[in-house]
Amino acid sequence: MEEIVKHLTPLLKEITGYIYPNEIELHWGLLIVIYPYLTGLVAGAFILASLVKVFNVKEVQPTYRISLLTALAFLIVAPLPLLAHLGHPERSFEIFLTPNTSSAMAMFGFVYAWYLMAVLLLEIWFDYRRDIILWAEKESGWKKWMHKITSLFSSDISERALRFDRKAAKIITIIGIPSAFLLHGYVGFIFGSVKANPWWSSVLMPIVFLFSAIVSGIALVLLIYMIVTPLRKKNIDMACLNKMATFLFLAMIVDFSLEALDFVHRIYESEESIKILTQLVSGKLFSSLIVVQLLIGMLIPLGAIAAVKIFKWPDELKRLTYFLSAILVQVGIFSTRWNVVIGGQLFSKSFSGLTVYKTTFLGLEGLLVSLGLLLLPFIILYILFYVLPPWEEARAA
Amino acid sequence: MACNLNKKSMFVVFARFIIERPMNFNPESFWNKIPEQVKRLAILIVILFALFVVVRTVLVPSDFGEHGHFRASAVEEIASQEIRYAGQEICLDCHDDVVETRRVGFHRDVACEVCHGPAAGHIDDPEEVVLEAPRERGYCPLCHEYLPSRPTGFPQIVSASHNPIKPCISCHDPHDPVPPETPKECAACHATIARTKAISHHVYVDCTRCHEAPEEHRAHPREFRPTKPAAREFCGGCHAKDAPGEKGIPRVDLETHEARYVCWQCHYPHLPEAR
Amino acid sequence: MTDNRKLGENQERSSGRRKFIGGLFASFTSLLVPGFLRADNKSKDVKWIIAGGYSPNDHHWGMGIDISKCIGCGRCVEACKRENNVPLVPFFTRTWIERYRILENGEVLIDSPDAGMKSFKEESTEDNVVRSFFVPKICNQCENPPCVQVCPVGATFQTADGVVLIDSEYCIGCRYCIQACPYGARFLHPETRTAEKCTFCYHRIVKGLAPACVEACPTQARIFGEIKKKASPLVRFLRMNKINVLKPYLNTEPKVFYANLDMEVK
Repeated sequence: MEEIVKHLTPLLKEITGYIYPNEIELHWGLLIVIYPYLTGLVAGAFILASLVKVFNVKEVQPTYRISLLTALAFLIVAPLPLLAHLGHPERSFEIFLTPNTSSAMAMFGFVYAWYLMAVLLLEIWFDYRRDIILWAEKESGWKKWMHKITSLFSSDISERALRFDRKAAKIITIIGIPSAFLLHGYVGFIFGSVKANPWWSSVLMPIVFLFSAIVSGIALVLLIYMIVTPLRKKNIDMACLNKMATFLFLAMIVDFSLEALDFVHRIYESEESIKILTQLVSGKLFSSLIVVQLLIGMLIPLGAIAAVKIFKWPDELKRLTYFLSAILVQVGIFSTRWNVVIGGQLFSKSFSGLTVYKTTFLGLEGLLVSLGLLLLPFIILYILFYVLPPWEEARAA
Repeated sequence: MACNLNKKSMFVVFARFIIERPMNFNPESFWNKIPEQVKRLAILIVILFALFVVVRTVLVPSDFGEHGHFRASAVEEIASQEIRYAGQEICLDCHDDVVETRRVGFHRDVACEVCHGPAAGHIDDPEEVVLEAPRERGYCPLCHEYLPSRPTGFPQIVSASHNPIKPCISCHDPHDPVPPETPKECAACHATIARTKAISHHVYVDCTRCHEAPEEHRAHPREFRPTKPAAREFCGGCHAKDAPGEKGIPRVDLETHEARYVCWQCHYPHLPEAR
Repeated sequence: MTDNRKLGENQERSSGRRKFIGGLFASFTSLLVPGFLRADNKSKDVKWIIAGGYSPNDHHWGMGIDISKCIGCGRCVEACKRENNVPLVPFFTRTWIERYRILENGEVLIDSPDAGMKSFKEESTEDNVVRSFFVPKICNQCENPPCVQVCPVGATFQTADGVVLIDSEYCIGCRYCIQACPYGARFLHPETRTAEKCTFCYHRIVKGLAPACVEACPTQARIFGEIKKKASPLVRFLRMNKINVLKPYLNTEPKVFYANLDMEVK
């Protein structure tokens, strides 16, 4: 109690205009910024994987398994920031037990479980099953047992069984695409359906979330591929990289157009909230929205990738451009999440004032935990790479 | 016709399928047709699902959903919260004299607990729990300190200049707060108007010059209202072209100047804009 | 009476329509969600009597607030906090008073220091105040509550008497309801870590008492009572005044009705 009063009292001085008394405490902080960022990466990485299976984009085949494992690693971590921000994490299971059917958030349990169990794990299992069985045969000790358990002790690698595996994986990917759309679209819906908040309330929100998810997911897999391949002392497949950059570019164009449409629409309709939102965008959100999200995270990488496509640059320079662009895209998408989640709470629902957000360093909702949650997927991914090597040469002969 | 036939043949095929199928159906061969890995997966899924259903039946509160999507006993829990403010009716049981005094005075609508604080404890144990009775000067101004935002007519004072130091109760009985003398100044209740007028050109125009307030207005302000000037000629007494008085007074031609209106329909007499 | 608030049959009709739409929605979701997953499949229309003989089915509560009577003394805020164990610090409150000062240049000054609990101080402004008044705020106990809609677990709900309540033993503290409330009426209790808001003093009204803020209002600026009965202080209030509600365009259908509400009140 004293702690929270100590945290909130200095904020009183930084309020401009009028906010409702209960609005001084900002309720969805850094953790809720991280949550849509992580699920976005999951959905984006999965969409990239589906390019191979469903749309037969042969060039990006080297990243297929990397994408799946990346999606899995981030999906495992995605609910953790949600859990950490709850007032009563120990009651979180209620969302599975008595989901309120009218609540977008209650659907979380089902969307998440469906996506994790019915899509991602199944697809990975069917894709890896043959390899796991063959690996287990050659291995000994705990690794053998681990692989045996992950294969559910199945042993049938007849052509008929493998044909079934391939078919199943393809069907699951086809189901997976709308599921990935659902996973991230519904995160957008959680925000987009709050009619009390004009910054969030927009039909475009789910689809903007979706495309920014695809952008961030492709960029992430591109980064991982570019880092891991030299570490394994292998050559980067330029055709694969170029293709990924093309898809990244296309997704960014769509994402940018949608966001621009949303922006123009708001200004043109100029509703009651326009005054306070103008204050917000030109003031407290200027650096994170206009500078970081729009300029650094969108326009510069768009221009850079366009330049690569137009001019005949040497591969070295192409790689460098892709790499830097992908990093900028990550920074940009993270600030997109920040601007939605935090930005939507910086103005009062009385539309008469602005408040501030100050994060703490320690504590469950602090900076340290957030950094940990951003690092954790990479640790899990490292373990997954070890347990289920996604490399072409690791495939059992 | 062709369509009809088609439907008919489809029906036949379907019926055959239904009827004949069980005859050919061999559970063993059906089971064998399922790929081995799917069987293992199916078993895992069934186990997980059964586990979920079991956990769910154990953990969902038994009264959940009885009257809607919530725990019915939550309402009972909320309804059983401890009461602090007892409500003014019960005070009458012991303090009938005070309640009667209050009931006819200006504070008739002010419940006992507004000043004395929550009384439920006092009702349970009148000896042990004694209620507060704010005697210091700070309490009454919560309602009666002058604030321009307060509705006009509500009695207000500026405590800094209103008999400073003396506690309010030395002159006013809070249960029947009749002022020791009926205020002569309108400003006692119409402080905002008085203050506005004080900085205006009408500073030397007394309230009574424009308003006639019946004597009863002081005791029953809402029942007996003061008057307002009804005719243009009233203001014209000073502001008409040919009116007597100082040269500096702004003057208009009553004949031509917005003849449709009484003056105060446009000009705010307590703060005329020609400052 | 304004268009958005025709009581009586109109409200009856609109609640019937909502029930119908709700029923459609429920039957649709019941197709998707198997029975054993749904919790609210038990008898719902049985008359409910809670301890003390009070039945939520027999009542429908609302509140009237007359802006022109509020003197901004803050007694309601203090009474509410003391009655309901709300922390006495400025950041958490179930009810509060806003002061509006509209200046000659059109600027609007709004404040609510300490939720108005310690009344207000006169502050001089550069410009002239054209009009000024106090506005008590409270949970609007919406007939169509966005907070209940978004609660993922069924920890906040509307009972048959129209009051929106929170089950603090069941709330997971996700704060979606706080985001969904257009009126800023909800907060997270710093000690229980669950969502909180005005309950119309449910523990009092089931025993026939008025809510603490109504009890403590010295000028009768707050009126509490039945909406649907023929004679109640609230029904008279709705008959005698021009009524408005806060943010009517959001279709939350508040049951806190304001008389003499100014256009600047948000």
